[in-house]
Amino acid sequence: MLEQIDLSTVNWARAQFALTAMYHWLFVPLTLGLTFLCAFFETIYVKTGKEEWKELTKFWMKLFGINFAIGVATGIILEFEFGTNWANYSWMVGDIFGAPLAIEGIVAFFLEATFFAVMFFGWNRVSKGFHLFSTWMVAIGSNLSALWILVANGWMQYPTGMAFNPDTARFEMKNFFDVVFSPYAISKFTHATTSGFALSSFFVIAVASYYLARRRHVLMAKRSIAVASVFGLVASLMLAFTGDEAAYIDAHYQPMKLAAMEGLWDGTTNAPVVAFGIVNGMKKPGDYQDPFVFEFKIPGLLSLLANRQPGSFVPGINDLVFGNKERNITGVTEMMEKGKLAVKYLAEYKEAQKAGDVAKASNALTEFNKYKQYLGYGHLRSPEEAVPPVSMTFYSFHIMAAVGSAMILVFLLYLFYTAKGTIERATWLYPIGIIFFILAFIAGEAGWVVAEVGRQPWAIQGLLPVSVARTDIAPVNVKLTFFMFLVTFTLLLIAEVRIMLTQIKIGPKEVN
Amino acid sequence: MIGSLDLATLQKLWWILASVVGSLFLFLTFVQGGQTLIWQLGRTEREKSLIINSIGRKWELTFTTLVLFGGALFAAFPKFYATSFGGAYWVWIAILFTFIVQAVSFEYRKKPNNLFGPTVYEAFLFINGAIGILLIGTAVGTFFTGANFVLDEYNFVKWTTPFRGLEAAQNIFNVSLGLFLVMNARVLGALYLLNNIDFTNMEDFKERTRNAVFTNFIAALPFLLIVLIGLLTMDGFGVNPNTGVVSIVPFKYLKNLVEMPIVLVILLAGLALVIFAVYSAKFLKRESGIWFAGLGTVLVGLAVFFTAGFNNTPFYPSRADLQSSLTIFNASSSHYTLTAMTYVALIIPVVLAYIAYVWKQMDSQKLRPEELEGPEAQENY
Ligand code: HDD
Ligand code: HEM
Ligand code: HEM
Repeated sequence: MLEQIDLSTVNWARAQFALTAMYHWLFVPLTLGLTFLCAFFETIYVKTGKEEWKELTKFWMKLFGINFAIGVATGIILEFEFGTNWANYSWMVGDIFGAPLAIEGIVAFFLEATFFAVMFFGWNRVSKGFHLFSTWMVAIGSNLSALWILVANGWMQYPTGMAFNPDTARFEMKNFFDVVFSPYAISKFTHATTSGFALSSFFVIAVASYYLARRRHVLMAKRSIAVASVFGLVASLMLAFTGDEAAYIDAHYQPMKLAAMEGLWDGTTNAPVVAFGIVNGMKKPGDYQDPFVFEFKIPGLLSLLANRQPGSFVPGINDLVFGNKERNITGVTEMMEKGKLAVKYLAEYKEAQKAGDVAKASNALTEFNKYKQYLGYGHLRSPEEAVPPVSMTFYSFHIMAAVGSAMILVFLLYLFYTAKGTIERATWLYPIGIIFFILAFIAGEAGWVVAEVGRQPWAIQGLLPVSVARTDIAPVNVKLTFFMFLVTFTLLLIAEVRIMLTQIKIGPKEVN
Repeated sequence: MIGSLDLATLQKLWWILASVVGSLFLFLTFVQGGQTLIWQLGRTEREKSLIINSIGRKWELTFTTLVLFGGALFAAFPKFYATSFGGAYWVWIAILFTFIVQAVSFEYRKKPNNLFGPTVYEAFLFINGAIGILLIGTAVGTFFTGANFVLDEYNFVKWTTPFRGLEAAQNIFNVSLGLFLVMNARVLGALYLLNNIDFTNMEDFKERTRNAVFTNFIAALPFLLIVLIGLLTMDGFGVNPNTGVVSIVPFKYLKNLVEMPIVLVILLAGLALVIFAVYSAKFLKRESGIWFAGLGTVLVGLAVFFTAGFNNTPFYPSRADLQSSLTIFNASSSHYTLTAMTYVALIIPVVLAYIAYVWKQMDSQKLRPEELEGPEAQENY
């Protein structure tokens, strides 16, 4: 089965996943945050009874609706893509991975779908209180869908609460709570949702800044900014905090990802953070090339971030590939040898079972059990394969972290001028708000590149490489669907942006 | 209590749950049926707008039910999910595609500057309603006629035709099932509109809708007959419960109905309810037909899924290699996962309850044209 891997199917499937997931992530963060912002706006309306707040709420809801539709359109593809492009994956880990997807449907999507209709069409059909309740339910529902999908994704980064069953040749769940409360699930949920809050706050700020610059809808714009800058400030602080947490758990469970994020080839104590630098893309494990063409380092910071212990040791890519006896690190090279044994004994076990040779089967199983935790490594062809694309991971991480740190300041500025009551005169701030809306998109996508590219070649960290996870299908099929999605999603995106811009130009209804 | 259920019971329970979700989806395809009626029933912009806004308030629900159907199969029967989606690749991709374009169409159709213009979005809705449902029916047909896959010793799927599932469309039974579902969705769609729209001063529009119920039902009959006759006479797939060996069994599905009389009762009751609904709409001029036809469709759906999966029947049989066929027993998740998921499923009644409550709140007043036009106009599609 593994001898005839057709690499190009895998690569097209990876490209397709990246394409569709990144499209989905264009719309999802806006849903995650805008629903809450709408809920805040409407709460103020219900509390104060002022019609202006109602019109303001309705305006942002309209923009939310335009975004929501295309978020759903891109989501359904992902839901089924595990089956179409990653069939082996779906079978091997479906016992664990399927559950959060189904739960997402039951507890989250229905909340959204049901109350969404009330939010848009219920203004004159249900009571004020029930309408407000519905808006909150949409916000909670959309964030619950983030929760469950991120539980699933977190499990791929840190597979826990499960065991391999040699008879079915798949992984089976042993502890549901380990899966749900894994450190990755928690970190991903908090970080990804807060990133959506921050991005949505910038969306509101950007649109409102445009109105202020044009001297249109001034009151409405100021009100929107007041709410969004508070929400954005809180979110961006939490975002930085949870981002730090994400890097900390990467250090423990995915050290290779962390090493790639920082371009750290040789492990060291007192490891530095590279504040910015240009990666030497030619560098390979075990060679003596300089990892950077140019870099600016902050000594000791990485040790602090990774282990919360000044001066501690942080392993580099070379340590992880070749092993480091001194530091008690088993290298990929050694794990591959053991993994090959695991693969061999599993095959023997299967064969003996088929032949009905009980003694031989039980022998093979005993041997297999010794090596089974290395099974995934048995599928790698070379130790270098275990190294993710370093420069892509490095740059993505640094862009995200830089934008994340800077955005706190921008929210502070907006809040400061709002509090002072001079936001109308702070025209120099408007372009910055608009640029940061775009930067937030870039940071969010970059975050996913860190998370997903940084864990290559694994579909399930350490257990299942992408090359095994794929569907047995000729590459031309996957290539075709790749372009089908590319064209369709791009056209729909253009339509969405045009509709959105037109609605922004039209603006909210003025009440006086 | 749930913790003490044995594996076989859980597997049956989850087949029932998946069947319920799938059957509810079939009921909710009144949205898709309505989408195919937009041009036919809506003579004026106002009528079109009423149709679109009426079904448009429910499209998310149908869509989500389809997503849940996929998710539930993934969680409970991952081998089916892997085999069918990875194997019958093109059928599923085509189905998904029609749902992508549906998802944006309601929202974007009337918005200014929408790139394609309203007609294209209406065409998207038509494609979803017609082709999407036709293909879903065709795919469900393979539960009885079999699919072309082989599983290796690691349970990885290989498909034996280059058409990756599209070959199912060569089979008259599969296609008839698909066409029946399309026509049935149109019957449901017309019944839903009849119930949901306030037709005051639009008698001819109402008459047209009422006639659509009847004509589409008549159009559905030949396909229903082909499906029923096919089902009762075809050789089916059976599995020996002791050895697990799968073989061709003559009149298997007829036998299933005879051996599980309750399923036969469900099927007949379902069909009777649909017929009654059509009759009551056309001849008694009632507006409540959607509820009868809806329940009827759910029952027919349940009967179809039960016939396919119970009584030692592989629900996803392989024509290429009988022994690769999937049964609810060999395709399921582990005991642990099914147990955990059963606890989660306890929340389903709550979900159904709030859906029903909101539905009632929203639809207690019928949709009036004034809501869509003029100063009173609300956010609309
Ligand atoms: C507006 C977007 C945004 C911003 C400004 C940041 N992040 Fe982020 N980050 C995300 C949006 C995001 C994300 C899209 O939400 C990711 C992708 C996967 C995930 O769970 O969250 C992510 C992932 C992610 C990961 C990878 C986690 C993994 O291995 O799965 C790390 C280590 C960080 N982030 C760290 C940070 C740090 C230290 C930031 C500095 C303040 C930061 N992020 C700002
Ligand atoms: C929405 C944001 C996401 C983005 C932008 C994203 C990005 C990517 C990228 C770039 C790849 C390809 C990596 C490579 O081959 O180099 C990938 C692969 C993959 N991702 Fe994600 N991902 C996202 C969310 C998720 C989530 C939530 C899950 C699971 C629940 C997931 C599961 C997978 C799987 C199964 C693959 C294929 C196997 C693999 O290549 O590792 N992704 N994703
Ligand atoms: C690769 C994994 C993913 C899959 C399989 C997936 C699946 C889906 C599906 C099927 C829908 C449409 C649901 C409906 O019927 O309404 C959807 C929408 C949504 N998804 Fe995803 N999704 C993925 C990644 C993510 C991530 C990473 C997040 C958030 C962190 C997320 C959050 C949402 C939200 C909030 C919606 C609501 C609609 C919108 O986007 O505006 N999804 N997703």
